Amino acid sequence: MNKNMNTNNHYPQGQDFRHVLNARYRVATVWQTLFLSALLIAIISLMALIYNVVDGAFGYIAYEYKNDPSEFTSTPLAELTQEELAAILKENLSSGAYKKLNNEQPVAERSQADLFTLFMERLVQLDTKGTWSMTDSLMNGEEIRAEVAKKYPKAQLEFRSWLTPQFLVTPMSSKAEFAGVRTAVLGSLWLVGIAILFALPIGTGAAIYLQEYAPKNWFTSIIQTNINNLAGVPSIVYGMLGLAIFVRVLEPLTSGALFGVTDSNGRTILSAGLTMGVLVLPLIIINAQEAIKAVPDSLRQAAYGVGATRWQTVWYHVLPNSLPGILTGSILALSRALGETAPLIVVGASTFISLDPSGPFSKFTALPIQIYQWTTRAQSEFHAIAAGAIIVLLVLLLSLNATAVLLRNRFQRRW
Amino acid sequence: MEKNYAIESNKLSIHYGHFTAVRDVSIKIEPQKITAIIGPSGCGKSTLLRALNRMNDFVPGCHVTGELLLQGQNLYGRDIDPVEVRRKIGMVFQKPNPFPKSIYENIAWGARINGFKGKMDDLVEQSLRSAALWDEVKDKLQESAYALSGGQQQRLCIARTIAIQPEIILMDEPASALDPISTLRIEELMQELKKNYTIIIVTHNMQQAARASDFTAMMMIDDQRAGGVIEFDETKKIFTRPQDKRTEDYVTGRFG
Repeated sequence: MNKNMNTNNHYPQGQDFRHVLNARYRVATVWQTLFLSALLIAIISLMALIYNVVDGAFGYIAYEYKNDPSEFTSTPLAELTQEELAAILKENLSSGAYKKLNNEQPVAERSQADLFTLFMERLVQLDTKGTWSMTDSLMNGEEIRAEVAKKYPKAQLEFRSWLTPQFLVTPMSSKAEFAGVRTAVLGSLWLVGIAILFALPIGTGAAIYLQEYAPKNWFTSIIQTNINNLAGVPSIVYGMLGLAIFVRVLEPLTSGALFGVTDSNGRTILSAGLTMGVLVLPLIIINAQEAIKAVPDSLRQAAYGVGATRWQTVWYHVLPNSLPGILTGSILALSRALGETAPLIVVGASTFISLDPSGPFSKFTALPIQIYQWTTRAQSEFHAIAAGAIIVLLVLLLSLNATAVLLRNRFQRRW
Repeated sequence: MEKNYAIESNKLSIHYGHFTAVRDVSIKIEPQKITAIIGPSGCGKSTLLRALNRMNDFVPGCHVTGELLLQGQNLYGRDIDPVEVRRKIGMVFQKPNPFPKSIYENIAWGARINGFKGKMDDLVEQSLRSAALWDEVKDKLQESAYALSGGQQQRLCIARTIAIQPEIILMDEPASALDPISTLRIEELMQELKKNYTIIIVTHNMQQAARASDFTAMMMIDDQRAGGVIEFDETKKIFTRPQDKRTEDYVTGRFG
């Protein structure tokens, strides 16, 4: 073509070009700064959240003993054995109260920690006068000490971590100082376990059918749209669904009546787990579909090309290659199930329960429920253990997710 | 007496919904020969090839009219299972697509799902030898097929196809993603394979068709954008004395 056409072109040259280029770089810098600040905002919010939780979980506590421990025993508190405690309880509790205790669980079989809690709760009657946050305790230590000394001359002040190993293994108690999250953690694990066992196979199956078998027509696209929208339905609605279906209609099944369990109604861990399963089902289906879509068509054609049936293609190639993606979806589902509160309240989580869940037909509570309960209490010590429970929930979430990630990496064996 | 053909089509047309992509193809493919399908881009070469082993079944809205006869049996007949068709008519694709498995497993899998009862080790070795790949991979059969070069991967795909002992092998531009040396090896391999198999190959590369094939089908789209075979003859004739002006323009590089 005509080379001279280019000499009089419409592009900036020399100095002009550099100006244009600098302008382009300026625009880029502005956007880059915006993105960076977005990231910073996210990080700061997260830090604030973590600070807030940790701040509540440690700090000063001022408490009094109504009855001095020395009235009951001469042994130092830290050295009391299980037998000694049992004897003290038997001696000092009213016979009616002791009988009641024995009926719940024989005193002789209770653990030292359990008996110690009972001892402190019933006999010594520890009375918390106040708690302070970590920041407060560290910054205004002198003032707090002065205040406590003036207002509660008998009270002892000590810096306490509300999150202790004891906190993890003790069941619920009506006294915040002796309460633990054991029941709630076990309940949450049961819930998540049932939810995943229910939703993962069904969700994956539905995704395989939609992606590999279902014809593309108006009917399947309606189903698809519905699944996408279901993922955004408020969780309380799933709670209503769970109440209507699992708790009421399927009561013989979810209460265990069909399996010979007599002492429960439909408000069991199974009902709650299934409700959670339905809640995370759309999430799992959508993620599994994406994972299946990502398997290249060339792989399917390769399988068909050597005379594989559709099922063999799906089972031996599509599914193994989409498994990592499917597991990623289950991680999201797991996190969601672990953190949901509203549906559990509707389905009927117990507000106060100190017995470990023993199976799918037990009554239950879960960590978010427990946290919610504690934060609504007026006494500040309950807010402190709520903060401790939040940390437990976060750690549980992280470790469950880490397990799923490890599992995924195992399957992600790249050839 | 009528001659025996490996596969023959009779007024075979391929439609996508209301659009006809390939119209009225009637060709007779000779057994144990290499037949090349050539033509400009978008003329329906690959569509036609994929219709031959019912790979188009997976394309939504695609349907086929006319007849496609394998040993007198219409492959689009009512009682024909497409899985059986693909078992008899193997396919090698444009981009090498080995399974994300070991080299051994790439060959064994197809055999296993088709109910192969012989000794698997022997089948793997024999197939790899037939595909001229054995010497290169015999020490790393358990390694990933993805570790092979593009040309080796394509030969592995050929070995995988041979392993299920088809009657016809379809090749959809098998060398288009390969360098000239790998291409040459594939072509040499095709010459070996035609002793036992009928090969139908789609190619963009005119020299390849001229070098490697015995018969050539020239395809071109008509005024309604439907592709069709405008000339089908021995490769020698197509490239030296084409009957159709359009074929002549195409093979001499004046068009396309």
